Amino acid sequence: MPVPNFTRIFITATLLQFGHESWAASVLVAVAANFSKPMTEIAAEFEKATGHSAKLSFGSSGKFVSQIENGGPFEVLLSADEKGPQKLEKSGLTVQDSRFVYALGKLVLWSAKPGYVDDQGKILASGDFKHLALADPKLAPYGAAAVEVLKKNGLFEKLQPLFVQGENIAQTLQFLITANAELGFIALSQVIENGKIASGSGWIIPGDDYTPIKQSAVLLKRGAENPAAPALMTFLKSAPALAIIEKYGYDLPK
Amino acid sequence: MLTSADLDTLLLTFKVASIATALMLLLGTPLAWWLARTHSAWKGIINAVVAMPLVLPPTVLGFYLLVLMGPAGPVGQFTNWLGLGTLPFTFPGVVIASVLYSMPFVVQPLQAAFTTIGEQPLEAAATLRASPLDTFFSVVLPLAKPGFLTATILGFAHTVGEFGVVLMVGGNIPDKTRVVSVQIYNHVEAMEYGQAHWLAGCLLAFSFTVLLVLYTVLKTQPVTHQLK
Repeated sequence: MPVPNFTRIFITATLLQFGHESWAASVLVAVAANFSKPMTEIAAEFEKATGHSAKLSFGSSGKFVSQIENGGPFEVLLSADEKGPQKLEKSGLTVQDSRFVYALGKLVLWSAKPGYVDDQGKILASGDFKHLALADPKLAPYGAAAVEVLKKNGLFEKLQPLFVQGENIAQTLQFLITANAELGFIALSQVIENGKIASGSGWIIPGDDYTPIKQSAVLLKRGAENPAAPALMTFLKSAPALAIIEKYGYDLPK
Repeated sequence: MLTSADLDTLLLTFKVASIATALMLLLGTPLAWWLARTHSAWKGIINAVVAMPLVLPPTVLGFYLLVLMGPAGPVGQFTNWLGLGTLPFTFPGVVIASVLYSMPFVVQPLQAAFTTIGEQPLEAAATLRASPLDTFFSVVLPLAKPGFLTATILGFAHTVGEFGVVLMVGGNIPDKTRVVSVQIYNHVEAMEYGQAHWLAGCLLAFSFTVLLVLYTVLKTQPVTHQLK
């Protein structure tokens, strides 16, 4: 008995569907909170350019590292620092030699109040603020950088009693946006739009004041077999991705 | 071993929980009494509002408290007007957040206890010419004692275990808002698993003991029955 035509069409269509899916894969990416905005844009470009899609999960790098060590399903990690990816390398959870710096983070002293922060950061020494928000220096690289800046300017002892700490840089921004903290250290990428600080007032801290924040990407073993994962790693170094990274106020790795 | 910073967080947590529990009993008793006796159309609405923290993710509650109590929020403007400053990142702020968050665990057992007492003992007291206040203290309180014990223990224990709300409104300040659950979380995040185990072990032992007392010594029904 001949196979009816519609069945043949159905089977062909189904096979094509499978074929298409194995070609256009999807990659699960753990993204440091400060990189959420640029990564959302990069993921859209990535999808347009390659047909693959990237599913993004935002959070603190430290949490992602513990999750990955305990069997978390991520295939690529975009960490806010170098430490996390290095730790995973030592545990043998990464693809060899896949780690690279995708962006250099920039720290900004920011307030939701327009005109409050001057472009030299003199407010830190003279201001009448009651709270100084920063990400927990023990957990977040931007928090550690903030402490470095304060120490370098001899203000750490004086201002430490005013610290309010966010668990990550996104929570720190909430303290500032709700104006519960008048002033705080966050990532430039969080408040920048079209190359300018979009609202409130801020001081972009000179890079010499803190150790470079080497935001590092690493390909995890879980993603080794997935064509979309190495494709994303390559795409992060491409011109369109670098343009987006720069637009959000990061320095590009040399 | 527990460091002195760890011990400080334990101490602070018990301070927050004690004050919050006292406040919850003070506010929750009249509220539960009203809920148990009233036929008002408001009953359903108030019941729903009190039970909301059971359902809402703590970070949602925390975020709204941050907005409401902040300098631009109505509560923040009121406390500023009183000359008290704003509440986030302060000890009183954490206590108030805890009261809101744990309130259902106090109100619901009390409401159940008051409902069970029914009208009869109150009517009997009234015929004996007891004033309403007298009736409450010499009839209702003794009869509702198990309800009060359950409410106190659950309210206290739930405040000790609270995390998301304090994380949002606290700002992780030593001796002011850094409670034990936040400290454990930070230890884990910083991969200091040894210290995390010690503190978490303390909490585990505490919660188990409390619930054991609740269910064996006091012979209370499991919480789910209470909450119906």
